[in-house]
Amino acid sequence: MEMLNKELQDQLREVFEKLEDNVTIALFTDGGDCETCNETKSFMEELSGLSEKLFVKLYTTTDNVDLAKEYNVTMVPSIVLLNAKGEYEGVKFNGIPAGHEINSLIPALLEVSGATSELPEDITKEIKSFDKAINIKVFVTLACPHCAGAVQKAHKLALMNKNIDAEMIEAQTFMEISNKFNVSGVPKIVINDEYELVGNQPIQAFLTEMQKI
Amino acid sequence: MAFQFSLDNHNIKEPTPDTLYDLIIIGGGPAGLNAALYAKRKGLDVAILTRQIGGQIINTSSVDNYLGTKNSTGVELVETFKSHVSSLDVQIAEYVDVEEITPNTAVNEHSVKLTDNRIFKGRTILLATGTNHRHLDVEGEDRLAGRGVAYCAICDAPLYKNKNVIIAGGGNSAVEAALDLAKVANHVTIVHRSQFRADKVLIDELYHNSKIDIHLQSQIKSIEGEEFMTHINVLDKENNSDFIVEADGIFIEIGNVPNSYLLKGLVEFNDLGEVIVDEKCATNIPGIYAAGDVTIVNYKQIIIATSDGAKAALAANDYINMQKAKERIENYGNVK
Repeated sequence: MEMLNKELQDQLREVFEKLEDNVTIALFTDGGDCETCNETKSFMEELSGLSEKLFVKLYTTTDNVDLAKEYNVTMVPSIVLLNAKGEYEGVKFNGIPAGHEINSLIPALLEVSGATSELPEDITKEIKSFDKAINIKVFVTLACPHCAGAVQKAHKLALMNKNIDAEMIEAQTFMEISNKFNVSGVPKIVINDEYELVGNQPIQAFLTEMQKI
Repeated sequence: MAFQFSLDNHNIKEPTPDTLYDLIIIGGGPAGLNAALYAKRKGLDVAILTRQIGGQIINTSSVDNYLGTKNSTGVELVETFKSHVSSLDVQIAEYVDVEEITPNTAVNEHSVKLTDNRIFKGRTILLATGTNHRHLDVEGEDRLAGRGVAYCAICDAPLYKNKNVIIAGGGNSAVEAALDLAKVANHVTIVHRSQFRADKVLIDELYHNSKIDIHLQSQIKSIEGEEFMTHINVLDKENNSDFIVEADGIFIEIGNVPNSYLLKGLVEFNDLGEVIVDEKCATNIPGIYAAGDVTIVNYKQIIIATSDGAKAALAANDYINMQKAKERIENYGNVK
């Protein structure tokens, strides 16, 4: 099944020229026919075909229990990005990052590859100062134009501090968990399953909530 | 299942804080983007600082009143704007929020500070920040925001599959939201305090949709629910009686308020909080311009905001040329 048309492939190929180093896309499915798993697999394989720096590894949550635990994979499909050393840096997508979410996947791939963007010094210092384990869930829909921005910020925080784990959750695919967190508007940001933000908030708003932990 | 991909341009260059730009545009909607196009064509160094390229249009499911485009989605129209602008090497910082504008007319070097503390400098500044959603300002609205109270139909419609929803409002955006939600929701009720202001073509479509109920002359008094919204209390203004509409969600589409706070206390506003500008989009501070929905311009329309952006950019260019001429004369005087 072809997910990306020729035009999109060309555009992505150009963007991927900016990849600094290798990135492994570790894709977890349940090994069966979970919702959007096949589409996500095709999408990831097509992406990796567009750059020699992108690699896909397929895992299942049944056969790779320890690895799933290490990366905190609790839903399928789940995309875990690993840097050139094979390390997990807290960047994860649950559900297919299609629609507008391709715009959070691309910066995530670039950043994990080492093509990082700089933030001002004082903000960087604050982000690095968090020493407790922090999980950031960003609930999205694929039709939401504002959501990719929120996901991108959450992932940036994770990349800057190894105590932070950030995951996109596609709300329609994971209705149950979305209902559990009362997601009725996206993007909805939930920090450590407790502190909530609605909307594509500035990075400072994330930090303010994180300080409450 | 078929998936669409809405790929942004990821090759756009970010502006740098140590450059003095000719024009810094705050806002990436139609006014800001068209200003960038015009300014760039005049040879100005331009930077756009924006929360999101496209502005409000990206929340619009269809745009049918922009000359030359028919049956376009908001996102598609933004894509055409964006690809035009980005072909001209305009530097854009997206997903950023501006915290403060500090004008300095003495040296014609105004500064714009972002919430992430980066500071950009420009000879001229254009505020094209558009508007924010107007709130109903009723009990329960803030408390239940994100818990049934929603403001972006295109974003949140998928979450209301087979559920019952209310749309508050009677303009084009309310009617479009109702029609969009009727495609996924179980039932849609429109509640509006007066008569429809939407275009006739849209209203006709509304009345032909069996999934949609309509209550006009009906004022929402409160939004109720504990953890989640459950119903609204409504006043029927014609019969002066109260009624209840039960629903899982309410989309508030009752218009907009100007997003002008960055210039508050600096330039003149009208009573609605809109920036007062002259026919060249100039504010009362030399070098500071405003364009589009954030200003006093009548009729908040994409095409009107777009053309205002062009005016502002041309005016900024004239202003910069005049300043440069003045500087040359002064320097000449000094040499002598």
